Amino acid sequence: MRRETLAVAGVDRIGPYSLVRLRRGSLESGVPGQFFMLSPPGRLLPRPMSLCLATRKELGFLIDPIGPGTRALAEVVRNQRVAVLGPLGNGYLLEVERPLLVGGGIGVAPLPYLSERLGRPPAVLGFRTEEHAEAAALVPNAEIVLEPRLVTELLRPGHDVLACGPTPMLEAVRRLAPTSQLAWEAPMACGYGACYGCAVEIEGVLKRLCVEGPVLTAEAA
Amino acid sequence: MILNASGCLDAIAAPEVAAELDAFVTKTVTPLPRGGNDPVRIAETDVGMLNSIGLANPGIDAFIADVLPELLDLEVPIWVSVGGFSAQEYADLCRRLDSQQEVTAIELNVSCPNVAEPADSVAEIVAAARAATAKRLYAKLSPSNGDIAAVAQAAAAAGADGLSLVNTIRGLALDPRTLAPTLSTAAGGLSGPALRPIALAAVFACYRTTELPIIGMGGVETGRHALELIAAGATSVALGTVLFADPEAPARIRAELEAEALALGFGTPLDARGAAHVEEGRRKLRRVA
Repeated sequence: MRRETLAVAGVDRIGPYSLVRLRRGSLESGVPGQFFMLSPPGRLLPRPMSLCLATRKELGFLIDPIGPGTRALAEVVRNQRVAVLGPLGNGYLLEVERPLLVGGGIGVAPLPYLSERLGRPPAVLGFRTEEHAEAAALVPNAEIVLEPRLVTELLRPGHDVLACGPTPMLEAVRRLAPTSQLAWEAPMACGYGACYGCAVEIEGVLKRLCVEGPVLTAEAA
Repeated sequence: MILNASGCLDAIAAPEVAAELDAFVTKTVTPLPRGGNDPVRIAETDVGMLNSIGLANPGIDAFIADVLPELLDLEVPIWVSVGGFSAQEYADLCRRLDSQQEVTAIELNVSCPNVAEPADSVAEIVAAARAATAKRLYAKLSPSNGDIAAVAQAAAAAGADGLSLVNTIRGLALDPRTLAPTLSTAAGGLSGPALRPIALAAVFACYRTTELPIIGMGGVETGRHALELIAAGATSVALGTVLFADPEAPARIRAELEAEALALGFGTPLDARGAAHVEEGRRKLRRVA
């Protein structure tokens, strides 16, 4: 666990989202599905964000500006500085034979880095609108559906599913693909097990998602 | 001395953070295991943070059997926070911990929302705990009490060795879209910057009425904030919400505190203890016409 204050290298608008690219400093990129706590300028608490893109010089985070914290992060400008803690939690297990990436909405965020690490496997992505679907350009070999169609229509048997998206989508994926790996989301104040804010029910017991997850196998979750 | 506020750090999950503290204070332990409240448990507001964790903990049996041995590896003094629903439960918890040599002190969380807060109740709890253990006992008080100095005096008279000031104060946040409470329990405990002047006032008042050592806490984010609590009367400072945003805060605040004290002419931070209590007569109305 390491915290550094990183300079903003640039911000790209992708549909309603912002891809915030930070100069990497000495932070590790970690395993896809792990997350980082980003401190939005002017806010008290950091926000958990999965890593979207990793290059030798930059770490990229895809931000959906839905509240005061994510808006402050989406509005950072070049050379502004952002405190970043991570990588945190448990990512996807990458030893899979026939990976299929499944993403919904802002849940697409960890998939570009995951795709890179898995050698660009096929992906299926669902979005609310065409504007949101612009984010699909970040994921190679992706098939897209728009609402009211559901991404689960594109699931095919015989694949190792690695998914991230809204809770109803993950629950639907879990029913169809019981061995899939699912990245869940919960409000977090700290990201490293201190605050107990991110409690979710895992195997019938309330546990901290930041410590146990955020990626869990469908059977455990 | 710099500690963590109870419930704001898991030393097993983050041993490198705990190693920077002069003592580690556990999350409150209750007689029986508690899963805690349903999500949503935390919310950020413009002036602080709300939490409604609900004293999630494994219970005293599992704490002593499983957690305490792991904490020993940290080589940091261990303070155990305990919470119950009656004076008898506090006494039982203290009795169990009394035989644990590795426990340096016990903090009585007499300010969780499930425990009555009148002065006599705090005094009863402290007296019962006092009879059950020879370990150092700190009473953690709520700032919502109208006369916290009177509660502190009652705690001192009942045998407390020190005070932890303050616990969170009740607050509410509403979802911007639905206007429904954000937290599952509606209200929660407010911490962070909003608590800072409240903590300062509590420490200031209790320093005047008791001679007990005081751990000041509430919204400390910088060495200057820590120095202010010491000036108001604290002997130690505990870090809470700041740890969530910055796990490296203990070392940073310690260095800042020393520099801030020196800059004001104090050899050590503790030399500033009570500096806020200026003598009577120094606050004269200025005659300007």
